[in-house]
Amino acid sequence: MGAALVVLITTFLASAVEAVEMVTIVLGVGATRGWRATLVGSAAGFGVLAVVVAAAGLALRNAPIGPLRLIVGALLLVFGLQWFRKGVMRVAAHGLAGIRLHPEDEPKEWTGEGFDWTAFVLAFKAVVLEGLEVAFIVVSFGASYGQLGIAIVGGVAAVVVVGGIGVALQRIVTRIPRSLLQLVVGIMLTTFGTFWALEGLGIEWPGSDGAILGLLVLYALTAAAYITIERRRALGFRPAA
Amino acid sequence: MRRIITWPVAFAMFWYHFIIGDDWTVAAAVAAGLILTALLNSAHLLAWWLMPLIVVVMLGLSLRRAGKKS
Repeated sequence: MGAALVVLITTFLASAVEAVEMVTIVLGVGATRGWRATLVGSAAGFGVLAVVVAAAGLALRNAPIGPLRLIVGALLLVFGLQWFRKGVMRVAAHGLAGIRLHPEDEPKEWTGEGFDWTAFVLAFKAVVLEGLEVAFIVVSFGASYGQLGIAIVGGVAAVVVVGGIGVALQRIVTRIPRSLLQLVVGIMLTTFGTFWALEGLGIEWPGSDGAILGLLVLYALTAAAYITIERRRALGFRPAA
Repeated sequence: MRRIITWPVAFAMFWYHFIIGDDWTVAAAVAAGLILTALLNSAHLLAWWLMPLIVVVMLGLSLRRAGKKS
């Protein structure tokens, strides 16, 4: 039950980070170029992601758990550290700011007839590109804990929840604090990455699974310290008032 | 023909960004840390502390480098 909850929360939060950006792009494309091609493109993107998750999940189910945890842990660690670093930088620089599309990313209005392939490709790319990293996290967490179904539920639930908020309140979704969300998920991925990679090497952690909590606290304190340092450094460059 | 070449390139780029990202030294330090941890463990020495230490130190160095660039 505990493992299932960890898998559900982690995959939900990781998926929510990418879903915010994905939904923002899809809403932007749909609002300006029309919904038919945008929704077809999004559906096609989710179809590709479902095939990736199913294929990768089946392949990982038969792998031996030790080497699997080493590889998955190492990959989660290097990827988690990237989000950890970006999260610290963004929270230090912008606080709890949400995301906005850059003006050059906003699609031009569609006034033509027939199927809008541009909208299709834009929505398809947004779903596949933003979702591929989440698909990997869902598969690796699910396979390592033997909870692939729960992991998929977490991933899909995040997209549905963020998508629902996005449709209901189009402007609110861009204000979801992605910077903080990214930092939290970065810390979680780095924690599990460290734990699994070393378990895969045959290392025994002090306190067994309790070490996960210890790592989580260590990395959260590290994040708080680096955010403070980054803020002070940024303020130091400003001319005195 | 161009599409056939584009897909493997895009696939390779995805993994490059996934593993290496903006700072290759972090990925290199993680790889080195895992090798050192395995060596310490095979010598029956306490090894679990090394990787968290590498994570904390490399994160600070990477942030400092990013700060200098910007």
